[in-house]
Parts: sequence; C-alpha cells; structure tokens
Amino acid sequence: MNLHYHVDGDAFIAAGEASSQVKKVLKQLGIAPHTIRKIAISMYEAEMNMVLHANGGDIHVEITPHKICITLKDEGPGIPDLELAMQEGYSTASQEIRELGFGAGMGLPNMKKYSDELSIRSEVGKGTEVEIIAWLP
Amino acid sequence: MTVQKIMDALQLTLVAGEKGLKKAITTGYVGDLLSSVMAHAQEGCVWLTIQGHLNIVAVASLVNISCIIVIQGATIQPDTIEKANEEHIPIFSTEYSAYEMVKKLVDIGVY
Repeated sequence: MNLHYHVDGDAFIAAGEASSQVKKVLKQLGIAPHTIRKIAISMYEAEMNMVLHANGGDIHVEITPHKICITLKDEGPGIPDLELAMQEGYSTASQEIRELGFGAGMGLPNMKKYSDELSIRSEVGKGTEVEIIAWLP
Repeated sequence: MTVQKIMDALQLTLVAGEKGLKKAITTGYVGDLLSSVMAHAQEGCVWLTIQGHLNIVAVASLVNISCIIVIQGATIQPDTIEKANEEHIPIFSTEYSAYEMVKKLVDIGVY
C-alpha cells in the first residue's frame, strides 16, 4: 500500500495531520500498537520539522508485509551540520516556536530513537530527505 | 478510574471531547514540550499542560493520551476544541497550577 501527503508550510499549527492519518491506517491494518506508537512519534517529529523549518513538503508512505517506510522530502534550507543537529538539545527554532512547546532539540533524537532505521540526506539551499523505516515482525 | 470520574471528583470544566469521557485513566504526565510528551507520556494517561493550541490534540491522539487538563486558565484555541471533539479527546480547563492538580489527582487515586 502506498500513501501520499502534501504538507503545507504556512499552517504549522495544524500540522500532524498526515501522521494522524497514517496512524489510523496502521490501526485499521492491525499493526501492533507498539509499532504504531514508534511510527507515530518518529513521523510526527519529521512532519513537524518539515513544517517548522522547511515550509512544508511531501510525504510518501509505503507499507509492505515486512516494513513500513516513510519518506519525507522538502525543498527547505537544508541542514548544514547534521551531526550537530542530531544532538539532543540543539535547535535553531525561533522563540515564537519554542513558546508553543517545539524547538526543544528533541525532534531528530526522537526520530532516531523511535525508528528502526533512519537516514537523512540534506543539501544546504536545496532541501532534505528523511527516510524512516520500521520493520514488521 | 475513568475520565468521567476525574471530572466529577475534581469538578473540572469540560471544554471539549465529551465523547471520550468513558476512557480509562492509567496514570498522569506533566509537560509542555511536545517532543518530550510524545516520548514519555504513557498510553491512557491524563496530561497536564499549559499549551492550548491545536497540536496538543495531535500529540494526545498519536500516543493515546486519554484526556488533557489545560492548567492555570491558559487559553484553549477554538480549533483545538473543534479537533478534540472530532478525535474524542476530552479537554478540561482549570485555574490550578500543574503542581496543585497533581496533588488532587493523587488524592483521588491517580498514581
């Protein structure tokens, strides 16, 4: 099964919609609650990053009997230093975003923690592509 | 323990999500950083926060939080209420601080 979502960058307060939809689909497919939780957390973090930092983008979800693969592509500013960005507590979010409970520098660490495989390809000035994989038992 | 029992025992003001009142409550969580809540709040918990914007409903829905108590009279946005009604996630408003609310929840048996 393949799912596609386009995420707007200007309605960040409404973000999380794609992750919520995917969670519902996984539940209907009878995926284990533990796996759904992992996917929900890692995908929501990635979706929010795309909205908060990259003015939105596109999400592709592939579900097979063996794995769930989520690819998030944006044409945002890119991540100049990925190693630094992966550090817990590091954030480039504005004060306004922080006041809403984002920008604690936990997004990327959470994505790593709650995915079975995480790969990030980013080019400054061009955009970022994030791939999250959860293996199914 | 259910959401309804908490509401009745603590005389909380329900602002949204009436259809979720029968949900069971397992424990509680306090937090305003959404990433932290996602990672640490347990399924079925009551979540105390000062955030009142739409994303609290997304977070609660994604990790199966049973209900949200917005503390210290913080503003709850109209679109938050609308979404919580859709998702059946009860939201309460209180003038108390998180600390005061935790004491009250513990007093009625939410550990």
